[in-house]
Amino acid sequence: MTLHYCLLVLAAPASGHTSLTAARFAAALLARGHTLSRVFFLDNGTSNGLATAITPQDERSPQQAWSALADANGTELVLCVSSAVKRGLLDSAEAQRHGFPAATVHPGFTLGGLGLLVEAMQSADRVVTFGAPA
Amino acid sequence: MKAAAQGGVLVVTRHPQPGRSLARSALDTALATAAFEQPVNLLFLGAGVLQLLPEQDSSDVGVRNLRKVIDSMPLYDMEHCYVDAEGAARAGLTATDLPPGAILVDHTALRALFDSHRHVLGF
Repeated sequence: MTLHYCLLVLAAPASGHTSLTAARFAAALLARGHTLSRVFFLDNGTSNGLATAITPQDERSPQQAWSALADANGTELVLCVSSAVKRGLLDSAEAQRHGFPAATVHPGFTLGGLGLLVEAMQSADRVVTFGAPA
Repeated sequence: MKAAAQGGVLVVTRHPQPGRSLARSALDTALATAAFEQPVNLLFLGAGVLQLLPEQDSSDVGVRNLRKVIDSMPLYDMEHCYVDAEGAARAGLTATDLPPGAILVDHTALRALFDSHRHVLGF
């Protein structure tokens, strides 16, 4: 049976391996023929979309894991706009609006409202949350 | 068990506020779901019940007090919310401390609550 998934990521990439686990889970479900049209990043999870984050060379970059997944499968990577701007994650429109010279969001990610999570949940058979460490 | 929306979304909030942004994100998610007229319930679980302690004043900390938003949930057609009875007892919460429409749930009722929702979001 093919299932349609939606993932909610609350974990920041720099505070543990939860985000990488989520990206591996996403890759595994796609490899089994399930579908994943959108991953929604909320709260500290929005840091996954920070373009200027540098991962040490001997570690796997969560951002690269996510954007590779999006490129290969057309999965949308959406950062909650209110969580994102609070953390300095601005796309070009937000950067311009707030008077900053450049966007700080990686081009593989977009900013969007919680309505996009609600919409994804409506059509999903399974919603899986990858939470922040306790 | 009453008012559990079959097929809806259960938002589980497990952290106190202030100190963590997750409480706010959980509440925002529940309210956004309700604003799109989708069935949603909020469950205060474990340390999440501390959000309901009365007379919290976060103005000196410089963050918004969530309690006013929690109390306004009926305006978003969220008539009920669920509160972990064991957590509430541990926190010394009394019935008068709870928001309007709150329903205390024990272990058995918690299981039924999780079972009766289509999606569960853990914050």
